[in-house]
Parts: sequence; C-alpha cells; structure tokens
Amino acid sequence: MIKVDHKTSLLDVRGLTKSFSGVRALRGVDLDVRVGEVHCVLGQNGAGKSTLIKTLSGVYEPEAGEIRWLGEVVTVPTPQAALDLGIATMYQELDVVDGLTVAENIFLGHERSTGGVLHVASTHRLTRELMQRLGHSSISPSTEVGQLSSANKQIVSMARALSRDTRLIIMDEPSAVLDSEEVKNLFRVVRELTSQGIAVVYISHRLEEIREIGDRISVIKDGRSTANGLDVASTPTPDLIRLMTGRDVANVFPPAVPIPEDAPVVLDVQGLGLRRTFHDVSFTVRAGEIVGLAGLVGSGRSEILETVYGARKSTAGTVSVAGRKLPAGSVNASVDRGVGFSPEERKSQGLLLDEPIFKNVTLSTFSRFARGGFLDERKERAAASAQIDALELRPADPDRPARTLSGGNQQKILLARWLVHGTKVLLLDEPTRGVDVGARAEIYGLIRRLAEQGTAIVIVSSEIEEVLGLADRVLVIGDGRVLTTTAASNIDEHGVLDLVMKGSAA
Amino acid sequence: MSEQPRQEAPLAQDNGSKRNFAARALSGSVGRNLGLVIALALLVVVGAVTAGDRFASVDNFLTIIRFASIIGVISIGMTFVITAGGIDLSVGSVMGLASVVASLTAVQLAATQSSWVLMVAVALAVGVAAGLVNGVVIAYGNVVAFMATLAMLVGARGLAELISGRRTQIVIDAGFLRFTRADFLGVPVLIWIFAVVAVAGWFLLNRTTFGRRTVAIGGNREASRLAGIKVKRHTVYLYVLTGLTSGIAAVMMLGRTTAGTSTHGGLYELDAIAAVVVGGTLLAGGRGTIVGTVLGVLIFSTLTNVFTQNNLDTSVQAVAKGVIIVVAVLLQQRFASRDSGRS
Repeated sequence: MIKVDHKTSLLDVRGLTKSFSGVRALRGVDLDVRVGEVHCVLGQNGAGKSTLIKTLSGVYEPEAGEIRWLGEVVTVPTPQAALDLGIATMYQELDVVDGLTVAENIFLGHERSTGGVLHVASTHRLTRELMQRLGHSSISPSTEVGQLSSANKQIVSMARALSRDTRLIIMDEPSAVLDSEEVKNLFRVVRELTSQGIAVVYISHRLEEIREIGDRISVIKDGRSTANGLDVASTPTPDLIRLMTGRDVANVFPPAVPIPEDAPVVLDVQGLGLRRTFHDVSFTVRAGEIVGLAGLVGSGRSEILETVYGARKSTAGTVSVAGRKLPAGSVNASVDRGVGFSPEERKSQGLLLDEPIFKNVTLSTFSRFARGGFLDERKERAAASAQIDALELRPADPDRPARTLSGGNQQKILLARWLVHGTKVLLLDEPTRGVDVGARAEIYGLIRRLAEQGTAIVIVSSEIEEVLGLADRVLVIGDGRVLTTTAASNIDEHGVLDLVMKGSAA
Repeated sequence: MSEQPRQEAPLAQDNGSKRNFAARALSGSVGRNLGLVIALALLVVVGAVTAGDRFASVDNFLTIIRFASIIGVISIGMTFVITAGGIDLSVGSVMGLASVVASLTAVQLAATQSSWVLMVAVALAVGVAAGLVNGVVIAYGNVVAFMATLAMLVGARGLAELISGRRTQIVIDAGFLRFTRADFLGVPVLIWIFAVVAVAGWFLLNRTTFGRRTVAIGGNREASRLAGIKVKRHTVYLYVLTGLTSGIAAVMMLGRTTAGTSTHGGLYELDAIAAVVVGGTLLAGGRGTIVGTVLGVLIFSTLTNVFTQNNLDTSVQAVAKGVIIVVAVLLQQRFASRDSGRS
C-alpha cells in the first residue's frame, strides 16, 4: 500500500507554452497536483485544456516550461514515457477497442505473455482483481467491450490505467457521456482511487460536479493560468466563472415571459408511440412557449423528439403542426411545414465539419437561394451573415470551416440554420452539450428570444436543472411514458427525480 | 467569446469575405491542383526527352486526349458518386452492355431507316436504366454501394454476353460513324464530347443545388437527412448519372472501335476510380473536384502514351501506374491535413 501524504507534490508544472503554426495554445500554464487529491481544471472551450492534457500525456512536446515529477525535472516526449512515469489519460473519446474483450483492452500494449504466447488465465485473474478494486466485479473479463455501456467502458479505461503502476489519472470530461446515476458511481470510484494515493486531474464544465468531487481547482483562460490550486470548498461560484470568462454572469437563465392568452397551439402531439421505445406521449406547444422533456438517459426523451421530427417513424399517434397532420417518418414533410431540429450529436448529426459556416447555415435552405437549380452563393452568404451577426456567432467569418468553431458557436450554426428557414417549431436535443459555462447563458438567451418571437420550442436535456430553468412547462419522462406534465415553476430537481424513481419502480 | 463590443464594420467584413473568396478561388483550384499540373508537366518533359518529336507533336497530344476521353467521361460521373461517399464498380460493364444493345442488328436497322441518333438514344437509355437499378437497390434496398454495383458489374457483363452471343457486332450505320469519327475545328468529336461533359460536370458539381446536395451527403449523410435533404432520392440520381456517363462512353467507344462487344470497358471502373482519387476527390466523400479528375485522367493517358512511344512493356507501365496512385494519395493526405478548405 502506498503511503498517502496529502502534502507531497506529485506533479508540478511551471510556465508551460505550446504553439501550433504560430498560434499560442498555451502561454504560461502552471499546475501543481498533490498525491491523492482530485485536482479540477476549469476553462472554456479553446482555453487550452486539451493541449495541456496532451502535453502532460506525451502527445505534444512543450516549447518552454518545466515539468517536475515527484520533485525531479522530467520530459514527456512520448505517450509511452508518460505511462512509464505513471501518468495515464482517459480521453473524452474513449480509447477502448470495441472488438476486443475487457481483459484484452486492459492489457493492450502490455500484454502478459511469454515468447508471444498470451497468458489468458493470469490476464483474466488480474482483470477480475482490477474490477473488484473499482467496485465493478460484475464486468466479466471475457465480455466484448463493444457491448458495454459508455459508463462501463470508462471503467475499463480506468482499469487499464490501474493495470500499470499509475500515480496520476487525467480524466477529460468523464461525465459528458454519463447520466446522473452513473456520475455518482464514477465519483465513488474516483474517491476509491484517491484513498489509495492516486491523484486525479479532473476536467469538467460542470461546476456542481467539481464542487462535489474536487479538492482544489486551477483555472485556465486563453492559454494562461488565471488561478492555481484554489480550495474548492471556499471559492464561490461567481469567482470561478469570472476567472474562466473574464466577466460576471449574473443570471444564467433568462426570465420566463408570460405567453399571451390567445397564442395558438402550433405543435400538437397526440398518443405518439414507437414500438419498444415509448408509448402514448401527448402534449401541445403554443407559439412562444418552451416545453421541456426531463428524464434520465434511456428514458426515451431523445427518441420522442426524433419521432416528432420524423427522423424515426412512429408506430402510433399523430403529430400536427398548425392544425395539419404530418405524415409519419418524413423529415422532408416536417421541414416543409416549418419544423426544425437540432440533434444531440452536433458533429455527427448536425454539421458538415469541413464545409464553411455559411454552407452549414443554409443546409436546409440553399435551394431557396438558387435559380433554376443554379446556386447563388452571394445571397446565401448574405443570409448567413445576417444570422451570424444576430446570434453573435464567432468568428464572424462565413467562410470559416465549421470544424474550427467552439461547441457553443457550432450550436449557434444550427440555430441559425433554422432561423434562416423561418421555422415555427424548433426541437432542441441537448442544446448545450459540450458548450462551456460562459456560452451557455448566451444560448439560453437566444432560445428564450426565439420563443418571444413566437417560435414553439421543445427542449430535451440530460441536465434537469437546464430543463427546469429554461422551460415554461415540463414533461417528466420515465421508461418511455409521460409521468407528469406540469408548469416548470411547480417542480424542482428533486421532484423530477422522485417521479422518475417511482415511475421506474412501478 | 464576445466580451468586447463587436466590430461595427459590416462593409469592411463584406470586402474581407470577397477578397477571401478571390484569394481562395486562386489558391484553391490552382494550389490544390498544382501538384497534378506539375506531375503532368514532368511526364510531358520525360516524353519529349525520351521519344522526341514522336511524342511532342500536336497529333500525338490529340491522340493522348482522345485516348483519355472515354475513360474521362466515365470518371466525371464517378467523381459525383465518390464525392457523395459512394462508389460505382459497374461503369465499365454497363458501358459494354450499352455498346452491345446499341449495335444490335435490329437497332442498327431501325437507325438506318430513321436516324443514327436512335443508336445514341438506346446506348444512353441502357446506361440510365442500369444506373436506376443500382440507385434503387442502394438507396431503397439499403445494399452497400460496393456490393450492389459489384453485382451489376458481373450481371451486366453476363447480360451483354448473352445478348451478343459473345460475338463482335460491327457498326454499319454511316451516319453514326460519320458523327463519332468526325473532326470539329481540327479536334476529334470524341474530345469535344469529353470537354462538354467535363464542363457540364464542373457546373453541376460547383454551381448547382444538385452539386451542393452531393457534397453535403458525402460530408455528413445523417446531418443532410436531418436538414431535410432527400438523401435516398438523390442517391438514385447519382447512380443514374454514372449510368448516363457510361452510356455516353459507350457511344464514344462504338465510334472509336466501330464495333460493339461485351468485352468493352473491362477494368474501366478501376481506371476511373484511380483517376478520380488521384485527382483529389476524397474516397470517403465530402470533397470532389472535376478539374482534378480531368488532370488525373490526362496523367494516366500521358503515362501510357510515353510508355508506348518508347516501346516499353505494358507490365512496366502497370507498375508505374500503381506507384503514381500511391504517391498521389500520400501527397494528398499531407495536403488535406494542412488545410481543410476546398477547390
């Protein structure tokens, strides 16, 4: 057993700098991590968190600065060197191989073998021990990793780190793919690790999580350290936001605006169902109203949204827009009638990453700007630019490839797409996933402004707080059913969770 | 983040984007294709040095382009399916089938009684029909394009053999031969056809909604679907387009060889794919360039000509072709990772 002394410095980084083709990504970052602590690193998208991680794990070589490991100056030229020191990294895109088993994944790259012949039995035994240590003995060494949930894949990734003599695990937004129950479990594992003297560098956008799990916090802004090793318990949230964004965030959620009495029902969903996924979902949305769907991952909330849009073909019920029924399973009909959809996975479902911003904005409307099939890119660019200005999309260059934008600005592209289209109904699935704290308030403001202009909006989010803060009315979803429909002001996060727990027990 | 007041200079921005556009257009199409132009120039120099006047003559250059024209037309169609993330392996055998059907005695008899245009129409119709089958099977049958068109490759070749009884059918229609073997302004009609198809293809890909849909589907199929683009219908159109270009190629082949046979177009699919990919179109889809494809086709046909003029073995030529393909793709990957704009 390693002796745990919470004052010993494990990793001490000073003045780290790194540039990419002339652009300074890191311009002086300090970080000191002590043995056995959870050290949170906070920063907006583009602040340099990823570059920092990759520099520490040997993917990039820094230009200047010093890295001390247990007091000794070291260099980390390759990922292998980082592993040899005892630094393991869990990347956001989990780096497990789906086609291999749990045991094979854990010992990938340092297989236990003699003369090329694998020791299957001892590998499985060690895997079982690791799983026990992580409190997941239910995961069998011979299971194919592709069949595990994201949460369990993360456990495998952690077990891989532990299978080497790891002293420091860097976790890059580990909670991004987890629901609240799985996050609790993750925290339990993290506490287990730290009690054994392993230090964790924890990267996250979610301040609540950092409050719960972190010991100390460092903040990076524009590639520079703005705070180093603050005590989590005694640093107020507004201070952290100011350190991160350089400005104050007064109110994250915009105030709700009363909907006029005579506002017409724009979206009317009756008895909608999708076999083996959800049943009998009914709700209406009036012009200017924001309706939220709250529920856990797997409750069917995203599927409901996709089915309303026609991206999935319903097996029961109807969807009407402005009094006219939509044919089931037809995205084209929905778009024609003024329904817009912003999908959960922006990059894989929403954007042409290598195409310029303006072509992404006009993806649903470019044929409107065309004459006899011939495109008019000048008009397209002008229409996109108008939305870029209105939404304060940055950078404001319509010819920039979408790939180079931050999560918040990519989300704005999707909003701009449907604004150009002139949609009456906007369906938003996880509109702030991967969007940093500063930009979130901006997105919330935009959504509220759209509603004020008379758009009927349906929003799905895994963050219950977000649904409650933004929506006028909330549908609580559990096990593919609507558990309750109520005004957002009538219910709080605990109320929602209570309903969900009872609903799934029933 | 927009913590600072926004620049209030919409006009300046506008100029910026225009300047950008001009600069991009220049550096885009020239810069991106510069490697191909240099490769082509090198081949020409090698040809001129090794074969002298036999190579460096107007007649020989016309021969090179005429040789490139048939595979060139097919490659233009192929550029579209590949840009959209698909593949069409059946182009060569569909061309063979179209050449057989268009040169059937019955068709030729009907053509002599009416007009040689009938033969052209039949060839194009066969190409379009085969493309329609490919497209429907791929889009609505959810069969992988590679397998669906592989099946068509085998099936169309077999059908052509059945129809022709494996005999070569001589083209006798005088009007047809007069048209396809004619010169216009000193340039063979085959080259004109290639030029027209290439220019039309360039406009279709870069200036029309059809082209935008093609690039969008290749770039991100799911995002395109969710944005309201009719992905399945467009997929059918794309394979109809390659069918059409195969039909046009069949007409050209009938003119050049004065015969229709089931063996026409053997392995053309591989030459076309090589030309398209060497030209800079991404095999994964999302980026396509007609100019690159034309240069790719010309590079291969110049290479063949240089080897033939020097009486070198065709096996050596095949090896050289293979090396060129690998080098070109390697260079492109370097290029693509350096900037992600497009031509």
